[in-house]
Amino acid sequence: MLNVRDLHVHYGGIHALKGISIDVPSGKIVTLIGANGAGKSTTLRTIAGLVRKSSGEILYEGKPIDGWPPEDVVKAGIVMGPEGRRIFPHLSVLDNLMLGAYSRTDKDGIERDLEWVYELFPRLKERLWQKGGTLSGGEQQMLAVGRALMSSPKLVMLDEPSLGLAPLLVKEVFEIIETINQQGKTVLLVEQNAFASLKIAHYAYVLEVGQIVLEGTGQDLLNDKRVQEAYLGG
Amino acid sequence: MSMAMFIQHLFNALTLGSLYALIAIGYTMVYGILRLINFAHGEIFMLGAYFVFWGVTLLHLPWFLAVIVAIAVTSLTGVLVDRVAYRPLRDAPRISALISSIGVSFFLQNLAIVVFSAIPREVQRPGWLVDIIVVGKVRILPLTLVVPVLSFLLMLGLLFIVYKTKPGLGMRAISKDIETSRLMGVPVNRIIALTFGIGSALAAASGIMWALRYPQLQPVMGVIPGFKAFIAAVFGGIGSIQGAVLGGLILGIMEIMIVAFLPTLAGYRDAFAFVLLIIILLVKPTGLLGEKLEDKV
Ligand SMILES: Nc1ncnc2c1ncn2[C@@H]1O[C@H](COP(=O)(O)OP(=O)(O)OP(=O)(O)O)[C@@H](O)[C@H]1O
Ligand SMILES: [Mg+2]
Repeated sequence: MLNVRDLHVHYGGIHALKGISIDVPSGKIVTLIGANGAGKSTTLRTIAGLVRKSSGEILYEGKPIDGWPPEDVVKAGIVMGPEGRRIFPHLSVLDNLMLGAYSRTDKDGIERDLEWVYELFPRLKERLWQKGGTLSGGEQQMLAVGRALMSSPKLVMLDEPSLGLAPLLVKEVFEIIETINQQGKTVLLVEQNAFASLKIAHYAYVLEVGQIVLEGTGQDLLNDKRVQEAYLGG
Repeated sequence: MSMAMFIQHLFNALTLGSLYALIAIGYTMVYGILRLINFAHGEIFMLGAYFVFWGVTLLHLPWFLAVIVAIAVTSLTGVLVDRVAYRPLRDAPRISALISSIGVSFFLQNLAIVVFSAIPREVQRPGWLVDIIVVGKVRILPLTLVVPVLSFLLMLGLLFIVYKTKPGLGMRAISKDIETSRLMGVPVNRIIALTFGIGSALAAASGIMWALRYPQLQPVMGVIPGFKAFIAAVFGGIGSIQGAVLGGLILGIMEIMIVAFLPTLAGYRDAFAFVLLIIILLVKPTGLLGEKLEDKV
C-alpha cells in the first residue's frame, strides 16, 4: 500500500533521514521504533506532506505522493495523528471530530463514521459539547484517534499515541489500534513503547539516527538480542 | 445638554463605532490566523470607497450595484495582496510579512495618488441618506441609522460564517494550530485567502459608508481610521472578533461623546485613541476579550 524508497530528509544542515526504506502492506500494522531523535516523527511528517524530502520516493498505491500538500494526502486516504495529540482545545469534541472529516463531502458517510467513533469511544459521545482542552489526557488521545478516523483513511499513521498515559490507558490504546486494524484500517505506528507495539505489529522497523538498522516481524524483533538490550530494558 | 442632543450624538457615536468595528474585524481575523498586523488594511478601506464612486461617476452604475461591485473588487484586492505580498513569506520570520505590509500600504497609497490623483474629491450623496428626519425635537441624519443597522447585519453574517460553516470551522482551527489543521485536511492557503477576502469586504463596506458620512475621498483617507481601528482591535483583544466589535464601538462612542461633552478637548480627538491604547496595554495587555495567543511556529 505504502512504499518508502531511500528517503532522505534534511532540516537545514541536519541530515535527519539518511535513506530509509519502509513497506506498509495493506491491512497490516507496521511499527517504527527508535530512540529520541531517531527520525520517527520526521518519517511520518514527510509522508503526510508537512516536510519536504531531499531525495527518494514515497509511493502510495503505486503513485508517487511526495510533494503533495497535506490536504491532498488526507484526501487520498492517509491520515496522521500527530505527536502530543494536538487536540484543538478551544473547539468542542464534536467540532474536533468534524475537523477530521474536513476533506470529505459525503454527509452520510460522515454520519456513519461518527457513529462508529462513538462505538469505539463511548466516552467521547458523552462529551460532545465539552471543549477539547477540558478532556483528560486519555480522553484526548481517544479524540485524536477518533478525529483521525473521521477522514475515512485507508492508512492511519499514529505518532506515539501512548505517550504520557497511565499504564491502564496505554493498554487501552494498543487494544484500540488492534481493533481498528481488524476493522480494515492499515496502521503505521510510531512508538517508544517498543514492547507493546512489537506485540501487536505484523512487521517492524528499528530506526537509529536516521537509518533503519533492523527489521522483521514483530515477534522476530521481540526475540532479538539487540532489540531486547536497546529497547526492552535487557 | 438636552435629551434630543444626546440622542443625536448617540446615533453619531454608534455610526462611527460601527465603522471602526468593521475595519477592526479585518485586523483581528488576520492577526488571529497569521499573527500578522496587516498595515495595508487602511488602504483596502480607502480603495473600497474610491471604487464605489468610480462606479457611480465613471461607469454610471446605480448606487446599489456600484456598492456590490466595489465590495467584490476590494475583497479580491485583499486576496491578491495576501497572495502576492504575504503568502511567499509564510515561512519567513514574522517581521518580514509585517514589513511587507508596510510596503503594500505605501504602494497602494501611491497607486491611488497616481490613479485617482491626490486632490480630495467631494462625494455626491443620494438625497435620501442625508435629508434630515425630524422626530419631535430630535433631528436625525438617516445615514446614522442606516450605517449601524447595515453594519450589524454584516457582523451577523460574519458570525454565521465563522461559527456555522465548514470554512469557519477551518478558520477557528487554523487560528490555534496551523500544522494540525493541515494534517486534518484543511486547505490552509484557501482559508487564509478567504479570511483576507472577508476582512477586505468588511473594510470596503466601512470605507464606502465612511465616505458617505464624511463626504470626501483622498488617497490617505484610510490612514487615521485604519490606525484607530487597529487600536480598537487591540483594545478589544486582538484575535477576538467580538473583541474587535466591542473595541470599535467603545472607541467610536467615547470619541464622539468626549467631543460632545468636553468641546475644549475636541482638538485632541485623534490623540484620544492612543491614550486608550496605552492604558489598556498597561492594565490588560491582552485587551478586553482577548486571551493570550501563543506564538506559533
Ligand atoms: N523542525 C525541525 N528543525 C530542525 N531539526 C529538526 C526539526 N524536527 C526534527 N529535527 C531533528 O531531526 C532529528 C529527528 O527528529 P524526529 O522528531 O524525527 O525524531 P523522533 O524519532 O520522532 O524523536 P522523538 O522520539 O523524540 O519524538 C532530530 O535530530 C531533531 O532534532
Ligand atoms: Mg517524534
